[in-house]
Amino acid sequence: MWLGAIDRAIMLNIPMRRVVSVSFIEEDTLKIHEYQAKEVLARYHIPVQEGHVATSPEEAEAIAQRIGKMVVVKAQVHAGGRGKAGGVKLAQTAQEARGKAAAILGMQIKGITVKKVLVTVAADIAHEYYIGVVLDRASKRVMLIGSAEGGVEIEETAKTNPEKIIRIAADPALGLGDYQARDLAFAMQIPAPLQRDFIKIVHGLYNAFIATDASLAEINPLVITNDNKLEALDAKIVLDDNALYRHPDLEAYRDLNEEEAAEITAREANLSYVKLDGNIGCMVNGAGLAMSTMDTIKLYGGEPANFLDVGGSADAERVTNALRIILSDPHVKAILFNIFGGIVRCDEVAKGIIIGLKEVQTEVPLVIRLVGTNQAEGRRILSEANLIALDNMDDAVKKVVEVANSR
Amino acid sequence: MSILVDKNTRLLIQGITGRNGTFHGQQMIEYGTNVVGGVTPGKGGTTHIGVPVYNTVREAMAEAIPNTTIIYVPAPFAADSIMEAADAGIPLIVCITEGIPVLDMVKVYEFVKDHGARLIGPNCPGLITPGQAKVGIMPGYIHAPGRVGLVSKSGTLTYEAVNALTQAGMGQSTAVGIGGDPIIGSSFVDILELFEQDPDTDSVVMIGEIGGDAELRAADYIKSSMTKPVVAYIAGRTAPADRRMGHAGAIISGGDDTAAAKMAALSKAGAKVAESPTQIPSLLG
Repeated sequence: MWLGAIDRAIMLNIPMRRVVSVSFIEEDTLKIHEYQAKEVLARYHIPVQEGHVATSPEEAEAIAQRIGKMVVVKAQVHAGGRGKAGGVKLAQTAQEARGKAAAILGMQIKGITVKKVLVTVAADIAHEYYIGVVLDRASKRVMLIGSAEGGVEIEETAKTNPEKIIRIAADPALGLGDYQARDLAFAMQIPAPLQRDFIKIVHGLYNAFIATDASLAEINPLVITNDNKLEALDAKIVLDDNALYRHPDLEAYRDLNEEEAAEITAREANLSYVKLDGNIGCMVNGAGLAMSTMDTIKLYGGEPANFLDVGGSADAERVTNALRIILSDPHVKAILFNIFGGIVRCDEVAKGIIIGLKEVQTEVPLVIRLVGTNQAEGRRILSEANLIALDNMDDAVKKVVEVANSR
Repeated sequence: MSILVDKNTRLLIQGITGRNGTFHGQQMIEYGTNVVGGVTPGKGGTTHIGVPVYNTVREAMAEAIPNTTIIYVPAPFAADSIMEAADAGIPLIVCITEGIPVLDMVKVYEFVKDHGARLIGPNCPGLITPGQAKVGIMPGYIHAPGRVGLVSKSGTLTYEAVNALTQAGMGQSTAVGIGGDPIIGSSFVDILELFEQDPDTDSVVMIGEIGGDAELRAADYIKSSMTKPVVAYIAGRTAPADRRMGHAGAIISGGDDTAAAKMAALSKAGAKVAESPTQIPSLLG
C-alpha cells in the first residue's frame, strides 16, 4: 500500500513542455525548475519536503545521506513526462540515490540533456489535491483553482467532470479574500483539522504569484501525508517576461541549458527566433506576419526552418545577426526575407540586407519580398547590388519553395 | 462611415516628446489626424511638433478638450498612463506600448471599465479610418476609404491584409488592431459588435492567431448575432504546440486554441476562412 502511494507519487509529473525562448504567442514567459519553484514557495510559508539539487552522483549521495530517509531523485528539466522518461526514481539508500542520479544525469528528455537532479524526501501520501493560481484571460482576473482530485489526471477531470474543478476569481484591486480561501477549503472538502494550514497555503500561493509577477503558480499534488500534514510535493511557476525588469533576482533562475544555442543568441540580440525542422529560413518583421509566412510556405509545399521576427527596426546590425542565426542551421537551403515596412522603412532594410550579406558570406540563395514605406528607394538600393525584390507574398513564397526544393 | 475614430477625433498624444511619440505624432498629423496636444510630465507649457504640451492629462483635458488619446509611454510607466487618461475622463484610449506586465493590466482593465472608458490595446498598431483619422503606427498610404471593416490581433499581418484589400479595389471603413497581449482592452467581439451596428460597414475581415480563445468567442458571436459577412484568417497553423502553461492554462481555457480549431469554429459559425492573407479579397467579393 505504502509503496503503491510512492509509485503514484513518482508518476505525478506535471507535463512541462520544452521552453520556447520567445513564443509565437501572446505570452512571453520564463519557466523555472521545480526546485526553484519550491524555493519561492517556501519563502511564502508553504511546506515543502527537504531537498537539494545535485549535479553529480556523488553530490546526490551526500544529500541523500544527510536526509537520512528514503528519497526521490527527480530530473530538473523544462520537459513533460519526466516520470515516463525515467527521470524520476525512488532510492531506499544513499548509495542507491547515487546510482539513480548517475542514470538520470546526462539522460535526454525531449531533446534536453538532464544536468541537475533534485534529491528530496520521499513522501507517503494519504490524499492528493490540486491548487493553482493563474491569469484567466476570459474574466481578465487572477483565478484560484482547486480540485479535491489532484495529480496527473487533473486535466482529464477538468474535461470530464468540470464540476470537480473549483474556480474563484480574486478582486483586481483588493486581492484574495480570506473568505475565498475558506470557500475553497470547504469546496475541496479539506479535513477540518487541516483547514487552517490549507488556508495559509492558499494565501501563500496567491501571494507568491502576485509578488513574483507570475502567469501561473501551481501545486500538484498538494498532499496529505500519512502523519496528517499538508505538503507541496511538486510545484510549477511560470513568470511573466515583461515584468522581469522589476525582479532581477528571478531573472537569475533562467536556465540557459534549456534553450537552443541559436535561441539564446537570438534573445541576446533581441530577435524572436524559434528553430523548426524544415529547410527554408525565414526573416520577417512582425510575429503575426512571420507565422503567416510559415503557413504560406507550407501551403505551397515547403517546410519552414525557423520562425524569426526581426522586429520593428530591421537595421544592418539586426539583419546581420538574423542572417547569422538563420545560417547557423545547416539544413537551410534557401532564405526568404518578407518585410512589410510600416514603422521600419524599406530603404533602411535594403541597406541592412546589403551590409548583412557582406558580413555573412553565403552561398544560400535568397528571395526578397520588400513592400511598404519607402519601397521604391529600397528596391533601387537592392537592384544596385543585383538583388531583386518581389512585390507579392505568395509569389515570393512560391519562388523560395521552388529554389529550396531544387537544391 | 466608420467606427471609433473619424474627422471629429480630437487626439491627445501621451509621451509626445519621446522618440516614438515624436515620429508617429508627425506621421499622424501629416495623415490629417486632428492632434490637439500632447502630455509629457515636466514639459508642460512648451510646444512640440506644432502642438501644445501639457504636464498632465487632466490639464490637457481642460484646455485642449481631446476625445481620444494615444499612448507611446515606455512599458514600466504605460499602465499608469492608461489610468491617468481614464481618470481624466477621456472616453477612447489607444495604447501602442509593448511589454506591459500582465498583472498591471489586470488592475488597469478593471479601472478603465469602472471609469466607463474604452481601451484599444496595449501592444497594438492602433486604428485608422482611411481618409479621416490615423490613430496608430500603421503606414497610412496602404489604406483606402471604403466599406470593409477590419479587426486584427497582429501588426504587420494587418498591413498585409489591408494592402491586399486596397489592391483589389476594396476600401476600408475602419481598421482596428486590438493587440495580442493576454489582457487587452477591447476584444474581437467588442469590435465586431461595433461593425455590425455601423451603417457604413458592409462586411468584416477578422485576423486572428493561435493561442487564447478570443477567436472562439468571436465565432460564437458571429453565429448568434452577425448579419454582415465575415472573412477570417488565422495565423499559426505551422507553429509548434509548445505553448502550454501547465495544467491551469488548459483547465481555464477548456477549449482548443490551435489555428485548426479556430478555423473550424469560424467556418462553422458561417465565416469564410482564408488560407492566406492574399486570398481575403476574393472571399469578400
